[in-house]
Amino acid sequence: MAKVLVVTSGKGGVGKTTSTAALGAALAQTGKKVAVVDFDVGLRNLDLIMGAERRVVYDLINVVQGDAKLSQALIRDKRLENLHLLPASQTRDKDALTEEGVERVIGELKAEFDWIVCDSPAGIERGATLAMRFADVAVIVTNPEVSSVRDSDRIIGLLDAKTKKAEDGGRVEKHLLVTRYDRARAERGEMLKTDDVIEILSVPLLGVIPESEEVLKASNLGTPVTILSPLSAPGRAYTDAARRLIGDVVPMTIPAERRGLMTKLFGRRAA
Amino acid sequence: MTIFGFLRKRETASAVARDRLQILLSHERGIDGDPNLILALREEILRAIGKHVDIAPDKVRISMRRGDPVSTLEVEVDVPSAGAFRKAA
Repeated sequence: MAKVLVVTSGKGGVGKTTSTAALGAALAQTGKKVAVVDFDVGLRNLDLIMGAERRVVYDLINVVQGDAKLSQALIRDKRLENLHLLPASQTRDKDALTEEGVERVIGELKAEFDWIVCDSPAGIERGATLAMRFADVAVIVTNPEVSSVRDSDRIIGLLDAKTKKAEDGGRVEKHLLVTRYDRARAERGEMLKTDDVIEILSVPLLGVIPESEEVLKASNLGTPVTILSPLSAPGRAYTDAARRLIGDVVPMTIPAERRGLMTKLFGRRAA
Repeated sequence: MTIFGFLRKRETASAVARDRLQILLSHERGIDGDPNLILALREEILRAIGKHVDIAPDKVRISMRRGDPVSTLEVEVDVPSAGAFRKAA
């Protein structure tokens, strides 16, 4: 049974696209057939983060409007053969997306893939509401910072009210993904702790991605961090999160960066 | 600062952030994803009570607590002393 997953946050810049690419690749690494779909019309970036920016011919809007077949628009990842990308349009505006059109494309994707991972644009406008509209599962990406938590709360309200599943009397399964987490700062009381964020939002935790240079490096190189450096702290954290999504029970640890020998001997033990 | 000051925990920035968020979100949390609903409810409740009781607007507090599987809508009204009740017309 295919699952539609939306990666959403309300606030921009918290790591939705990075997380979509990393989770999509990690799901594909477990053997699932995965399509990642960019809903950010006019500001597409998932193609860039996936390293497929020069291979885009047709996009989501071409498929929605019937100018191209889904198979023509899907880009197969060069590293993982069961990972595909459906890019957003860079030239149209978001009004070119219709609910009926999106529903049809999602339906076609469901016939072919195990997971459809939708990268939502920021905000609570049409693009974001369409990205979440047909979701079965939502990953809410939140930074441990007040404005991000506030916007996540707003998005949670929308997931419970404006999705097809909610309107049909069901519930979108919600998961919290905390990104850019700095454990040292949280321990010093300078940053919201993961437990605070969970308590405020009342959404179960899917994973905690530590702040890491690896993530920026992965974006620069156009390779999802779970492919580029699967053993790095963020790589392991995303892989664990993806395994939890498919139902595996994985103990919740916050992978730490590798530390020097002195820190290992005299500092706090890494989780 | 009392001599027991050292026993009192200094509030960290994260504790302040948590408290501010909890207060803000309990007011902003909407039903059906509509944060304006709480505000509209509050005004109507104020009007309904105001017909019978003299009450200051800040004496009615409405908040939404999100929980799983149930969320609760909390309405808190500080009713003034008996003298404030008007005779029903």
